[in-house]
Amino acid sequence: MKVILEGSHAIAEAVRLSKPDVISAYPITPQTHIVERLAEMVADGDLDAEYICVESEFSALSACLGASAAGSRVYSATSSQGLLFMAEVCFNVAGMRQPIVMSIANRAISAPLSIWNDQQDSIALRDSGWIQVYAEDVQETFDLHLLAYRVAEDHRVLLPVFVCFDGYYISHTYEPVDILDIDEVNAFIPPYEPVNKLDASNPLSMGMYATPEYYMEFRYEIDKAMENAALVIKEAGSEFGKRFGRDYSKHVESYFLEDAEIALVAMGSVCGTIKDAIDLMRKDGKKVGLLKIRTFRPFPATEIKEALKDVTKVGVLEKNVSLGTRMKGAVGLEVKDAIGNSGIEVMSYVTGLGGRDIKIEDIIRMTESLENGIGDCFFGLREELL
Amino acid sequence: MSLRVGCAAQPGQARSNKTGSWRVFCPAFDHDKCTSCGMCQLVCPEGCIEKDNEKFVPDYDFCKGCGICAHECPAEAITMETEEK
Repeated sequence: MKVILEGSHAIAEAVRLSKPDVISAYPITPQTHIVERLAEMVADGDLDAEYICVESEFSALSACLGASAAGSRVYSATSSQGLLFMAEVCFNVAGMRQPIVMSIANRAISAPLSIWNDQQDSIALRDSGWIQVYAEDVQETFDLHLLAYRVAEDHRVLLPVFVCFDGYYISHTYEPVDILDIDEVNAFIPPYEPVNKLDASNPLSMGMYATPEYYMEFRYEIDKAMENAALVIKEAGSEFGKRFGRDYSKHVESYFLEDAEIALVAMGSVCGTIKDAIDLMRKDGKKVGLLKIRTFRPFPATEIKEALKDVTKVGVLEKNVSLGTRMKGAVGLEVKDAIGNSGIEVMSYVTGLGGRDIKIEDIIRMTESLENGIGDCFFGLREELL
Repeated sequence: MSLRVGCAAQPGQARSNKTGSWRVFCPAFDHDKCTSCGMCQLVCPEGCIEKDNEKFVPDYDFCKGCGICAHECPAEAITMETEEK
């Protein structure tokens, strides 16, 4: 059924259809509307879940970790400072292999304080062991939540998932969304069957202390699970396509890449703007294409290398900055590594930080910079302020 | 010990962590001086001192070498010696 919904409310619908047993979250802009709506659903009896009110994000994810360890399907949502406050628990959730799904309404990080969008928050936790997927529009955000539970709870994976989407651009935008039927969703996401769970009649401890003789092997197992996730996402994404008509069997998506000489690479809502910019540049005869990265963890290096094999220049739009690195952007670094020594020029453009609008003209100017070999820099700085 | 998903461990599994390897100083028990009063067993934070034939002996697999037993022994029957590895 197609309805027009605010992004946050569409996400709340996806969560309702996924039937979590426990929800715990702490409100933070721009994530608030999601958990407000979920609290409403629980209060109205539309969602049979335990909604645990807590006093902080640290407590929210800790409550989720405990609930997940007890065998429940669990949901949370956060942004920015809230995610950083959860950071310690994030590593624990992944280490204890609890398949929690958490929405990240991407927002900039303090200081200076900013409530606006960029992707620094989830990028900062790229090594935490959580799967990370980035959505371009409201429909994709909705779909990826369902896909996230299916992948996370697969016994070959058992890892938590960040479903990332740009704050405001998606969380506060009204778009038409295909809300799926609950029975069809139930068929796609079977009930969660934990491998280990807290049970008084069969006691166990989780996240146990490991001496140097054991620690590395546990970390290795998490990394292996990440590798498995790459395959499981493809399988589940393909089945999603067969069931619901929108295919997610690829970690990346191409737009006009077939004959492109220049490729722009990006994640999230800015891909829509880039597509418009490409349409304009194509009219001027410029052979430009887009590679959208949907799965950021596990990083789809093979797919990226394959998709970019015929281009000569690659420009990566970064809504993050890896401070103190030569390329400046965290994603570009990995794209460059994926391509390897193929002679293709890869450059990062740090842009749109703290909610600065990325316009079509900006993308065209960025492409010109790439053609002129200027990159690995902040793009769109106000020189008069510096 | 085999790894279990999520670092999950059943009760008693911590015994496989032989924390005795942390020791820098090792308690040496002089059983001629020992009066079998049991003070060492009482104060040992690791609970690794056992009574064996009226004499007290530590389990070196788990003794971390904290030295409390040596400090508290009324008969001064325990001395801390540098661990040799």
